[in-house]
Amino acid sequence: MAHTVEPAPAREVRPLEDTEAAPAPRRRGLPTPYLLIAPALILLAIVLLWPIVQMVWYSLTSFTTRNLLPNQPGPTWNDFAHYQKLLTDPTFWTILRNTVVVCVLMVGITMVLGTLVGLLLHKLPKWFSGFVALGMMLAWATPALSASLVFRWLFLPERGLVNVMLDRMPDWLVGGGWLEYNWFLEPLSLFSILVTVIVWQSFPFVAVSVLAGLKSIPHELYEAARMDGAGAWKAFWNVTFPMLRPLFALLLVLQVIWDLRVFTQLYILANSFQNKDVYLLSYYIYQQGFSANPANYGMGSAIAVVMTVMILAVTAYYLRIMIRQGETR
Amino acid sequence: MTAIDNSAGSTAREHAARERTGDGSAGAAGATGGAAGATGGAAGAGGDGAGRVYRRSPLRRLRRLPLYLAGVAVFLFSVFPVYWMVITAFKPVGEIFTRDQTLLPQAPTLAHFDRVLNGQLIPGVNFWQFLANSLFVTVSAVAMGAFLSLLAAVAVARFRFRLRTAFVILLMVIQMVPMEAMIISIFINFRQLSDLSGVQLLGNLSGLLIVYTAVSLPITIMMLRGFVAAVPKELEEAAAIDGAGSWTVFWRILMPLVAPGLVAASIFAFITAWNEFIVALTFLGRSTEDYTLPLTLSYYFGRFGTEWGPIMAASTLLTIPVMIFFLFVQRRMVSGLTMGAVKG
Repeated sequence: MAHTVEPAPAREVRPLEDTEAAPAPRRRGLPTPYLLIAPALILLAIVLLWPIVQMVWYSLTSFTTRNLLPNQPGPTWNDFAHYQKLLTDPTFWTILRNTVVVCVLMVGITMVLGTLVGLLLHKLPKWFSGFVALGMMLAWATPALSASLVFRWLFLPERGLVNVMLDRMPDWLVGGGWLEYNWFLEPLSLFSILVTVIVWQSFPFVAVSVLAGLKSIPHELYEAARMDGAGAWKAFWNVTFPMLRPLFALLLVLQVIWDLRVFTQLYILANSFQNKDVYLLSYYIYQQGFSANPANYGMGSAIAVVMTVMILAVTAYYLRIMIRQGETR
Repeated sequence: MTAIDNSAGSTAREHAARERTGDGSAGAAGATGGAAGATGGAAGAGGDGAGRVYRRSPLRRLRRLPLYLAGVAVFLFSVFPVYWMVITAFKPVGEIFTRDQTLLPQAPTLAHFDRVLNGQLIPGVNFWQFLANSLFVTVSAVAMGAFLSLLAAVAVARFRFRLRTAFVILLMVIQMVPMEAMIISIFINFRQLSDLSGVQLLGNLSGLLIVYTAVSLPITIMMLRGFVAAVPKELEEAAAIDGAGSWTVFWRILMPLVAPGLVAASIFAFITAWNEFIVALTFLGRSTEDYTLPLTLSYYFGRFGTEWGPIMAASTLLTIPVMIFFLFVQRRMVSGLTMGAVKG
């Protein structure tokens, strides 16, 4: 090989044990790939995979805090009782519906707003789009907990800035009584704030991704579209959207998966487990497992299975995109 | 944000590659090309939109005015809640407990920060203890996760083995299954592990550390895989022929070239672990002296829900490290998450 006759690089890569030259048969001498993935795989199996199996098993059993006590029997098979109960439980159906509706709103608004902002950043000169993007980074980087607390403070009855501003506006425009209005009691108002927090935190990611995608589209395509007489609207649907379809699909899937699981924000905004009307699925799971008295691990697991199935359905679509793009190869 | 693109990463790699190969041209070109592919390739096409020449006629400028206004609106919408958080933290109590909210503090004060930093957010424990808890658990988890991920990433990027594709798909699926759904079974799992091993994993930071390490693995492995693949195989083979052992190849050839990716992936994992809430909430229970910062903040909010000054001051302190790290990896956040979908 050419490299062996070059003294400089050879000396640099050669370690202390110069004498022991182990050539061809132990090519690179690395252990088998299985040894390399073993530590990661074992940890994942114990910490994340095994609990998935357990979750399915627990959902089919009667399992409360009592079964965790030392001299009590473990969880016992209960013939799908939890699922039967869920099917006929109006509370569960309301929560499921709310979860889907809230998730669709979050994802829809995030995607539309993010795409519009991405297009806007692309049109603006570099210095200005950089400035706007820097501001967006602040929203994106704020921890969920801080963000939820700020929004709770902004919408606080009596003193929250939004309530104060609405109160100062003329009554014929927005109606009266805003100062004392408590946003956190009714599902509609609480979910509106929840959607706002989530959109506020997620649109920058969509916008920046779309911007990166836009930059990869050759400019000639737009020129050709313009020569064919296409306006901005037509150019978007005939050039931008087809070009970025894989990106949009991926962003959509990621947003759905992230928004279905929202917990921290709701935990702060609702600030208790009193009002079942404002539950979402993840909140319901946590309540069953750690707030209900006695804790109902079986029922919580059954709800968790429903949620996991929903997410895995979306994940299957995600995997299809990834496999098509060769990411698994 | 266009200022931070992946060119820094690839230049460093190119530089390193050149150093190692001596003449370097082939190796460096390979590394750069590979890296651009691995990080999404979007930045490569960066310049062409901005390269257009704008005519500076006043009419044209006026027509662009709505765009600028929209940009300002987006900026304000993004920044305002953060601004409000910080500004509230500096307002004296009298300016918080009033319906006459002002956009600027009339008499700025550090009292709330003093209360947070020097007082006791939870009786008996002060802020520095919580900060130490958070730092300990996140930094250890990230370090362990990075090490395990690097090994696995080398296996996935460098070897063809039978379960390889299955392993990659497994990572993608695990990455998607939400902690929120698994929280009950993970909790019981760790209870049982505690009983089996005799080591108490709940009610202290050890269980949290294990979970955070495991959770960081899928995304870190996926991100590192691209970086390892971008290192030309010829480099390692040349070193091996020159008599370098596998560890030498690993530390002297692979590590310097993969380091930028390792840093990016680690920061990503750090942010995730730093913000993590539901597992900490479930695992730590009532052992308040082990609380991480998010949990402390939530506990304080539950107890003293009307003390918005200290709450906002603590929220600000929680946010600052994330903001700093975020600026470093912002570009890779996009490419790491969308992984190649931007190729166009």
